Amino acid sequence: MIEPEFELKLYIAGSTPKSIAAIANLRRICEENLKGRYTIEVIDLMKNPHLAKRDQIVAIPTLVRRLPEPLKKIIGDLSNEEKVLIGLEIERKG
Amino acid sequence: MSEKKGTASGLTKAGTGIDGFDEITGGGLPQGRPTLVIGGPGSGKTLFAMEFLVKGAIEYGEPGVFISFEESEADLIKNVASLGFDLRKLVEKKLFMIDHIQIEASEVIETGEYDLEALFVRLGYAIDSIGAKRVAIDTIESVFSSFRNDLVLRSELRRLFRFLKERGITAVITGEKGEAALTRNGLEEYVSDAVILLDNRVINNLSTRRLRVLKYRGSAHGSNEYPFLIDDTGFSVLPITSIGLTAEASDERISTGIEGLDAMFEGVGFYKGTTIMVSGSAGTGKSSIAAEFALRACRDGKKVLYYAFEESPSQIKRNMRSIGLDLQTCVDDGKLMIYADRPSIYGLETHLVTFHKLITGFNPEVVVIDPISGLTAIGDDLEVKTMLVRLIDYLKMRGTTSMFTSLMNSDEKRKEDDTLMSSIIDTWIQLSIVDAGAERTKKLRIIKSRGMNHSACQTEVLLTSNGVKLVASDDIIPPSDKYGRGGA
Repeated sequence: MIEPEFELKLYIAGSTPKSIAAIANLRRICEENLKGRYTIEVIDLMKNPHLAKRDQIVAIPTLVRRLPEPLKKIIGDLSNEEKVLIGLEIERKG
Repeated sequence: MSEKKGTASGLTKAGTGIDGFDEITGGGLPQGRPTLVIGGPGSGKTLFAMEFLVKGAIEYGEPGVFISFEESEADLIKNVASLGFDLRKLVEKKLFMIDHIQIEASEVIETGEYDLEALFVRLGYAIDSIGAKRVAIDTIESVFSSFRNDLVLRSELRRLFRFLKERGITAVITGEKGEAALTRNGLEEYVSDAVILLDNRVINNLSTRRLRVLKYRGSAHGSNEYPFLIDDTGFSVLPITSIGLTAEASDERISTGIEGLDAMFEGVGFYKGTTIMVSGSAGTGKSSIAAEFALRACRDGKKVLYYAFEESPSQIKRNMRSIGLDLQTCVDDGKLMIYADRPSIYGLETHLVTFHKLITGFNPEVVVIDPISGLTAIGDDLEVKTMLVRLIDYLKMRGTTSMFTSLMNSDEKRKEDDTLMSSIIDTWIQLSIVDAGAERTKKLRIIKSRGMNHSACQTEVLLTSNGVKLVASDDIIPPSDKYGRGGA
C-alpha cells in the first residue's frame, strides 16, 4: 500500500454542531475530490487537551494539512467547499 | 472614570509583589478578577505581567500561567533570567507554566463558523495542571490581527473574561494603547474591575516611565501618575504620594552640627523629622553646612545618606577635609553613605526611585541632598515640585530629618522656585555674600522655622580649618529681644 498523499487532521472540541458539521463537510469533500488519496484523523481536544498546545491550535474547528508539505491550516466548519479546496490546494474533480 | 472612596466590603486584593505597586493600590490587584494593563510598545506591560506571576509564585505561593501571544517560551525565560528569576525552576516546581500561542495570520484560511474553543482548552488545561491562581495574557489583542471575524472575537473575549472570573483567577491582561479608545481593540469594554496605564514618554530628551491607575472598582486609589523604573531587579513604582499628612510631629531635637547655629534654633537645633533647606548663591558654604550637619548626626550614632549631585564622593570628602571635616571615618563606620549622581543622566523618576531604594535599603535617620537644584534642573517646575513634595512626605512619614541645599541664582525664575519650595519645607536657612569694602563676607539668616522661636539675626559664616563657625554681628540675640521673631 502506498502512503496517502494527503494527511489531514481535524481538531474539534467535543461534539458541537460546528464540529459535527466540519467532520461531515470534510469527509464529503475528500470523498468527492481525493478518493483513496487521503487520511483523516479527528482529534478531540476535550479528550486530549495537551495536543492544543503541542499543535498550536486556537480556533475550533481547525483543519491541518500535515502532508503534503508545507503545513496548511483552515479554520471553520468547512461549509465553503471552494475555500477548502483552495486551502488544501486541491484541484476540483469534474 | 468613576472613583469611589474607601474599600467596599468583601473586596480582597492579591499582592503583586511589585515594589511600590501594592502600596499605591492598598494591597495589589483585585483578587479573582481580571485587570487590564495598557501601554504602548516598550512600556513594560510584559514585565508587569511577568512579575505579577513570578512574585505571586515566589512570595505568595500562588501558581501562575503565562499565556504569551508574542514572545516564545525561551525568550521569556531568558528575559526574566536577566532580572534574577529562574523560571525553569518555578516550572519544575509546578508553580509556573508558559503557553506560547503562535498564530500566523498568513497561513490561516477561514471558511464557515468557528470559535476560539482551543484557547479555552489550553488555558483550562494549563490552569488545571498546576492549580493556577494567577494568569497573565500578553497580549490578547494579537488575536485581532489573526482572525477576521470581529463578532466572534468579541464574544470570545467576553467569554474569556467570564471564564477567568468563574474560576476565581486573578488575571493580568495586557493591551496595546489605542489612538481613539483606550486600547486598540476596545478591551476596556470587557474588563470593568481595574485598568492600569503604563506610559513611556520623553520629556526634555529623557525617557520617563509613568504608571497610572485609571480605574479600580470598589477601591480607593491615587489618581496620580506614579513614576516607575525598570532595572536589574525588575519593576518598581515610586509610591511616595499616597502618604499624605499623617506624619507624627516629633518634639525631639537634632543638632545642626554647628554650635552657633544650634544657638539660633533655641540652643538645641532642628526638630527631628523636619525638612530643612539651605539656600544661597555659589560659594556661600551650603555644602559645608550640610556636611557639618551630616557629620554631627553620624557622631551622634545616626545613619546618614548624603546624596550628591555635583561632586563625586571623593571630591566631597577632600573638600570637607580642607575645613577639618573628616567624613571618611563615618563612611568607614558604616554611618555615612555618600551617593553621587549626575542629575541629567536619568529622568527624574529614576533619581527618585534610586533615592527611594537607597532609603529603604540603608534606612538612614538623616538625609542630605546637595543640591536639590540638581533635581529641579530636570523636568518642568511643577512636575519637579510635585515629586519633591512626595519625596518630602515620604521622608517625613519615616521620621527622617532631611536637609536640602539649593543653589540660588540671581535670576527671578529661580527665586520663584525657592518660594514654591518654601511651602513644603519647615526650616529655611538663607546664605548670602555681602561685599563690605574689599572684603566679601558670608552671611546666614533663618527665614523661617516652623514651631520654633528661632533667631532673626543675620550672622557671619566663617569656613575655618576647624569647620564652620558662626559669628554673631553683635552676639546671638535671644529671640525674646527686640530683634527676635516668633516662628510660625
